[in-house]
Amino acid sequence: MSALYSLLAVLALVAAGLEGGRTGAGRDALTLIVPYAAFTIFLAGFCVRVLRWAWAPVPFHIPTTCGQQKSLPWIRQAKVDNPSSKWGVLARMAAEILLFRSLFRNNRARMAEKRLILGESKFLWLGALAFHWALLLILLRHLRLFIQPVPAWVNGLERLDGFLQIGAPQLYISDVILLAALAYLLYRRFRDPAVRYISLFTDYFALFLLLAIAVSGVLMRYFVRVDVLSVKQFALSLAAFRPVDLRALSPLFLAHLLLVCTLAAYLPFSKLMHMGGIFLSPTRNLANDSRRKRHINPWNYPVKKHTYAEWEEEFHDKLVAAGIPLEDEDAGKAHTD
Amino acid sequence: MQEKLIQIEQEPPRGDWRDPHVEFHKGAMCYSAAAKNLTYLGLPNPRTWQPTDSNWKLPPDWKKIILAGMKERLKKYRSFRLFMDICVRCGACADKCQFYLGSADPKNMPVARAELMRSIYRRYFTLTGRIFGSLAGGRELTEDVIKEWYSYYYQCTECRRCSVYCPYGIDTAEITMMGRELLTLIGCNINWVMEPVANCYRTGNHLGIQPHGFKDSIDFAANEASEITGLKIEAPINRKGAEVLFVMPSADYFATPHYYTLLGYLMLFHQIGLDYTVSAYASEGGNFGFFASHELMKRLNAKIYDEAKRLGVKWILGGECGHMWRVLHQYMDTMNGPADFLEVPVSPFTGTVFENARSTKMVHICEFTADLIHHGKLKLDPSRNDHWRVTYHDSCNPARGMGLLEEPRYILHQVSRRFHEMPENTIREQTFCCGSGAGLGTDENLEVRLRGGFPRANAVRYVKQKHGVNLLTCICAIDKATLPTLLEYWVPGVEVGGVHELVGNALVMTGEKERTTDLRGEPLASAALPASGEMEAVHA
Repeated sequence: MSALYSLLAVLALVAAGLEGGRTGAGRDALTLIVPYAAFTIFLAGFCVRVLRWAWAPVPFHIPTTCGQQKSLPWIRQAKVDNPSSKWGVLARMAAEILLFRSLFRNNRARMAEKRLILGESKFLWLGALAFHWALLLILLRHLRLFIQPVPAWVNGLERLDGFLQIGAPQLYISDVILLAALAYLLYRRFRDPAVRYISLFTDYFALFLLLAIAVSGVLMRYFVRVDVLSVKQFALSLAAFRPVDLRALSPLFLAHLLLVCTLAAYLPFSKLMHMGGIFLSPTRNLANDSRRKRHINPWNYPVKKHTYAEWEEEFHDKLVAAGIPLEDEDAGKAHTD
Repeated sequence: MQEKLIQIEQEPPRGDWRDPHVEFHKGAMCYSAAAKNLTYLGLPNPRTWQPTDSNWKLPPDWKKIILAGMKERLKKYRSFRLFMDICVRCGACADKCQFYLGSADPKNMPVARAELMRSIYRRYFTLTGRIFGSLAGGRELTEDVIKEWYSYYYQCTECRRCSVYCPYGIDTAEITMMGRELLTLIGCNINWVMEPVANCYRTGNHLGIQPHGFKDSIDFAANEASEITGLKIEAPINRKGAEVLFVMPSADYFATPHYYTLLGYLMLFHQIGLDYTVSAYASEGGNFGFFASHELMKRLNAKIYDEAKRLGVKWILGGECGHMWRVLHQYMDTMNGPADFLEVPVSPFTGTVFENARSTKMVHICEFTADLIHHGKLKLDPSRNDHWRVTYHDSCNPARGMGLLEEPRYILHQVSRRFHEMPENTIREQTFCCGSGAGLGTDENLEVRLRGGFPRANAVRYVKQKHGVNLLTCICAIDKATLPTLLEYWVPGVEVGGVHELVGNALVMTGEKERTTDLRGEPLASAALPASGEMEAVHA
């Protein structure tokens, strides 16, 4: 049900984008109010969420260690999976963020003849990595619309992305990968019973929204050509805070724009905040050096203890009878006398 | 026989996890904490009740207490707030939890276990949840949710296996700890945790052994070690001015097979002439407070540094125990330090400075012994362990909360000649839990334990069938207490032992009499086995 609702929600957004541009007021809303509002919500929301995490202290030193610790000099340490230095942590975080190191460990458990078999399972890792890198590449390519003149490295990225040189306009590999990866992630969410069981409206909504953005973008580039010049003019004017009303913007572009704005505005309220959160995860971004350096808990407070003196008083006679030394030997003797 | 008792099946999850209703049944739940234990510790809402009761006698303002407790913890723990926010429900953790694998109960998937808490967080602490309710993944906080929390936060051993696979490092142990803290606020505790905590607070150890009983146990072990070796082995108690305070889990001196590990420690310390003492006040390394709340953890842990200071030792040595080492490694210094009254640990025999324990001043016995062996300070006869075909179970906390992986393996390779690893994705950081940690190791909970322990047993069965393994070694007191039952059920014929039990067997001591039995009193097999030959494949 939640899958259906989220699909309907995304379709409603698409329809609003396609139809919204028919009236003057609708055009103004879609091209002026929505982009700036979405951008503002994105920036403010993102900052608030990250700051709320950052303001919460890390009271205890709780890295999950995934390899050999640094202990005796002749034992080889797993410097990345169980880092003990800042550089190690940096490498571990880079591996997590750029290569999805932990997801790479994934395996799949299944029962066969009353045995548990643990098999390889790298598709989730591959799908997730492909999706994220393709999305990043596409985002960077979009910079050509916002910057004039187009930076050389953006042109370079484009050439790289289109190196297959198929078709005109040239096919971008990132577009293919993004669509394939999204389709796989969506398929997996439906197909895997465990994942389907835990999936919420928001999980499907994020996927459908991204899919709709990708599809509308691909349509505009390869099938229903839009006037790229006017799009660029519009984007530049937005970026320069001097928005102009452009009649030439097609309904498909307006739908694409509305979907992207929705994604931006929705992001701070959603699980998509993992893109900021991953940097702050205390099981990953701390060095495993808690016995070498004292970690400070800012709210450490004194607790009620059962002190040695209280303990000795309670068990005094038994301690003496058992011949266990007391804190003050003379006091013990006096008592037995 | 065993097929009738428990069938492990994997079936696709059915139903809607948002329905909080839970059926409690005997054999698969933990009994409630006795009122006397909560009262002794000064904890809220002591009363007589059981999870099977329909009325849990919660305090009238329980909902307010829980929500206020959540709010406070969201402010105090970045881990909690972050882990509530960033899960994308990718499901990578789902089949990593031994309780899910063993029970096929979908709420035992780590992601679902966390969602039980997240749904409340979203409903009461996020804008979208407050506005959109269940559409944004929110749930109402009802008494049924409390019962559900009790059920599922006491079906998690805080082993952190899921956090190894999570792309964001979301650690279910953190969430379970928060869940249990919140339940503690309204008096919904289990007795298997709270009785040891109350005991430990009062007497110094979980088992409630009073000082004279402690001395009896230690003396008994020292006598037995003396008999085995023909030497006069002693174990000093509460001796001021010793160089080292030795702290072990109380099961080592009160339960088998832990006891053989204790014999191993005593023999090792005697042979090298370690200037040490044990303490009757700090007679517990383990910390069941860790399984209820951070505050109780701190209250119990405090006695170790206090006692080290009182006795005037230079540094502290810790025995074989799992969660004990998570607390010592990741919490003790922060909670009860700084230990500026101690010195940086130096092995008096090898001169090795334990730089990795420079601040906490507490060294793991496996680090200590591995260092001794590496420097040739011990004479070892591994053939005395030839009657064992050995494998090693990485105990969760030393593996995933510390990274103590190679030290015990190095020792095992030196003291035994027939060592076989279990499959790669069931050991080291990917080790499966015994299924009884974090206070779940009680007999009334046997079904949950057997189910949760199944993946571990499955890997043991593999090496038993392939290599004839008959001894599972480990460095955790809860493992030693609960794995024998588990293996008897799933893999009959495999015993459980400690690393230092094998050290004790292999240790050639100055002036000792000839050994004919191992520490368990079983005859040695050394005469029967060729000195080499079938050994080459063993250390692969």
